[in-house]
Amino acid sequence: MERDILIETVDLKKVYGEGEGQVIALDGINLQIDNGEFVAIMGPSGSGKSTLMNILGCMDRPTEGKYILAGEDVSEYDRTDLAQIRGQFLGFVFQSYNLLPRMTALENVMMPMMYHRERRTTSEERLEKAVEVLQKVGLGERIDHLPSELSGGQQQRVAIARALINDPLVIFADEPTGNLDSRSGEELMELLDALHQSGKTIVMVTHDENIARHTERIIHILDGKLAYDRKNGHKPLGLVQSAPSEAGQTQAPDEVQISSEGEKS
Amino acid sequence: MNVIELIKVAFKSLTSNKLRSMLTMLGVIIGVAAVIMMIAISAGTEATISEAISGLGSNLLFITPAFERGGPQEGPANPRGGLVYSDVAAIRTQVSGVAGVSVEQQDSVTVKVGDTTINSVTMVGTTPDYTTVRNVQIGSGRFVNEQEVQYADKVVVLGSAIAQQLFPGTDPIGQSIYANNVNLTVIGVLAPKGLSAGTNFDNMIYVPINLVFRKFVPSQFARFLGDRVRTIFVSVDKNANMNDVILQISILLANRHNVSLDSPDFNINTQSDIIQTRESTTASFRSLLAWVAGVSLIVGGIGIMNIMLVSVTERTREIGLRQAVGATPGDIQIQFLSEALMLSLFGGIFGILAGVGGSMLFGSLSGMRTVIVPYSIALSFFSAALVGIFFGYIPAQKAAQLDPIEALRHE
Repeated sequence: MERDILIETVDLKKVYGEGEGQVIALDGINLQIDNGEFVAIMGPSGSGKSTLMNILGCMDRPTEGKYILAGEDVSEYDRTDLAQIRGQFLGFVFQSYNLLPRMTALENVMMPMMYHRERRTTSEERLEKAVEVLQKVGLGERIDHLPSELSGGQQQRVAIARALINDPLVIFADEPTGNLDSRSGEELMELLDALHQSGKTIVMVTHDENIARHTERIIHILDGKLAYDRKNGHKPLGLVQSAPSEAGQTQAPDEVQISSEGEKS
Repeated sequence: MNVIELIKVAFKSLTSNKLRSMLTMLGVIIGVAAVIMMIAISAGTEATISEAISGLGSNLLFITPAFERGGPQEGPANPRGGLVYSDVAAIRTQVSGVAGVSVEQQDSVTVKVGDTTINSVTMVGTTPDYTTVRNVQIGSGRFVNEQEVQYADKVVVLGSAIAQQLFPGTDPIGQSIYANNVNLTVIGVLAPKGLSAGTNFDNMIYVPINLVFRKFVPSQFARFLGDRVRTIFVSVDKNANMNDVILQISILLANRHNVSLDSPDFNINTQSDIIQTRESTTASFRSLLAWVAGVSLIVGGIGIMNIMLVSVTERTREIGLRQAVGATPGDIQIQFLSEALMLSLFGGIFGILAGVGGSMLFGSLSGMRTVIVPYSIALSFFSAALVGIFFGYIPAQKAAQLDPIEALRHE
């Protein structure tokens, strides 16, 4: 069967600064993510995983290399074009939820629809869609509450609803459980699992192996390079070009093993 | 985002900090109110002037004495020179192109008929040409004639309002009234004229000028110089050349007063001179208000810019988030620009209310006439909008230039 590639990077590089103080954040990333995949990007802080996430999320542009999203090379797009790509094709979930504090849950969810230029909606249509999406994420009630009146788990559900509202091709989640207690975190991951089961492509940054366990593929970034890329609990994918680091080979499966046992006991 | 959504978002953001928004608007409110009041006052002045022109007749000359002003060492004003009553007759008989010459000597008297007493009535001592010169109509009876002026006959012509008060429901002609205990016979009543050029002709009474000189206000130095008068009004014939008449009068009076034309002891002013004087008195007031308006609009605009810059900083995360979910730099710019615009426009609306109210209050307190002109409201609304756009631009630009990643990281 033909692969349905949604995200493809070719020798992606990102360099900050110039001359002596130059920092290479990404050093030639070649990556392909298929439609419908649930991918975790992992790596220690400073590894470049956030930079990669920002470029994949069209918040930033690569210094060199290509980023092809849904068959379109967006590497050279300007700020306005990138904003429209984000609004129409991408959804974002942040660690700190980033809900607007003066707006109700419902208004927060409706907000991205107002910036969608290709699909003009009336306020009734927006309301209907937002209620529907909020129910989908398990938040049928309390939709008229302000974020400050909701629990962390509920706020993150609102944020996921907001990410889903424009029917994105892919959802980027940056440490979505980072601010949640373990139970709410688990519930949230179940929600993301369910979204993935229904066909959504999800790319998630996390440093928590327990959370990464929910995905079907883990990409490890180290020093701006792809350390390894493997199907979760399965053999590494053949398309990894840079040699996997030894640490990555030995440690990561162990961690998965340990955390799985911990969960059972 | 469409316009309604923009307005809603901007309104919500401004009402979330009402006190701050109100204070920010204050500068614009004062500026707009000043614009409206300035225009109301100048429109009122113009209306008064145009009424003065129609009220006085357009071909009027005013001759006034030019007193040398005495300094502290020189004692009181120089008593030499000035206009005398006989100048009036001289102008009428010796100058060609004159339709009428009148002179006034006023006094304030208490008028009494039976039980009715009216205090502080202006009594105008004048000549028969008064009706021509001041453009007043006789309602019934007649005005004072040449002979009555000459012999200082005790006759009086009543203003219409005074006539109503003294003789309600009866014909005043032939009746007698007391003015400061001088018995006068009513020979005529003026037609109602109303307030004209600041003078209410209906509330005055009119008598032969010599009667005033003899019985009420004797002019100073009358024995040496003849009866002194304050202003001689000359109505110029419509077909005559105004400048020619002025020159004739100047030569005549210079000869009569024995002064040179280079340093005359009198001034001749035309209607347009009077208008200019009036305008210059209001002009300084108007320019002051124009400065107040301009400066407050600028200060108000800077206030708006300041608050918008604070708002951009405070809401950096919100800007980052909006950008993340699809707001283009243009969307962000429009959002902040519309908030600035809304601040200034609401300031404009409150300013218009304050300006209209202030104009009315000022009009009733100062006695100056104010007229609210519709275009002034449009003008001030427009200038408020301009202030909002101009001073909102930099903050909006700053918001639009924010990098979404940096903005989302902002604490």
